[in-house]
Amino acid sequence: MANTAAINGINGLRDIRRSPASHLAAALEAGSIQGTVVLNEGPFQTMAGVRVDPRSEEGARIAAVTGGLPARCGDVAGTDRVSVLWLGPSEFLVVAPEEAHDSLGGDLIGSLVAALGEAPGQVVDLSANRTTFELSGPRARAALEKGCALDLHPRSFTVGTALNTEIGNIPVVLQKTGEESFRLFPRASFADFLGRWLLDAMREFASPEVP
Amino acid sequence: MLLIPCPNCGSRDETEFHYGGQAHVAYPENPTELNDREWAEFLFYRDNTKGAFAERWLHSTGCRQWFNMLRDTVTYDIQAVYAMGTPRPATTGPAASEPGTASTAADSTTTGNAAPSTSSSSTTAPEGATK
Ligand SMILES: [Zn+2]
Repeated sequence: MANTAAINGINGLRDIRRSPASHLAAALEAGSIQGTVVLNEGPFQTMAGVRVDPRSEEGARIAAVTGGLPARCGDVAGTDRVSVLWLGPSEFLVVAPEEAHDSLGGDLIGSLVAALGEAPGQVVDLSANRTTFELSGPRARAALEKGCALDLHPRSFTVGTALNTEIGNIPVVLQKTGEESFRLFPRASFADFLGRWLLDAMREFASPEVP
Repeated sequence: MLLIPCPNCGSRDETEFHYGGQAHVAYPENPTELNDREWAEFLFYRDNTKGAFAERWLHSTGCRQWFNMLRDTVTYDIQAVYAMGTPRPATTGPAASEPGTASTAADSTTTGNAAPSTSSSSTTAPEGATK
């Protein structure tokens, strides 16, 4: 609430905002193998970090804004516009399209702050904290498996779930958005590393498979 | 690599966790009444158990929650995972009755003659390697 002035001030800077992996755009395009594995950096998202006890009254108020709160590890709640990822028993990451941000005509952050009110917990605008990579294609899972110890087989990691884990030894939130598509949320300072790490992992799929 | 069963997230690689040292070290009720030795013992003195050891772990790259774990320091067998603030569960594992668990013996880790060979070998480190 107290930050409204600052948010409005940022609005004028929107045109010169650069995403954390924008310098890799050409490399990501060159390293993608259409029909096999494709990587690109996703558009800006509005993200909010929410800490609240989901069983409390304020938890119910927040859930009313986001369209639910995930109950356990892996769950993703929300609506078609807003996703709420489970980060911990009382910690959630709310992800929505950029236009949902209060500085661009939306009301997501403001509504969350209002829903929490004076109750214990926190709502923090984390829109610039993480970037998103979108990785898709029949070999997307094989590329991820080079640096992720989780079981990514579809019988275990199902569409519509997200896990907070390590990929290439850095902390990443990994969301499965489709049978062969993943969304990765690295912190901004890891975007360059993760982009290059994924390009390296994808590289072998450009060559014919050696039997 | 240990595979640690986080009570919130399930089995994850050890690299996702941080070790928090011995569990159940109670904060002194009246810290101001402690003398220097008692305060030092509270801060720095920990058991060096051979066998089942209760320790704290943090799932730092996952749910960011602390929990307690009963781990065998010899076999690395994880015997129990339980919530912070709850008492240590009774050890049922075979390691508890192993003959080698005598870490409480008076001379086990103290004083000169019994110093383990690894610590004396550090004196042979090349000049400049230590400060
Ligand atoms: Zn966990």
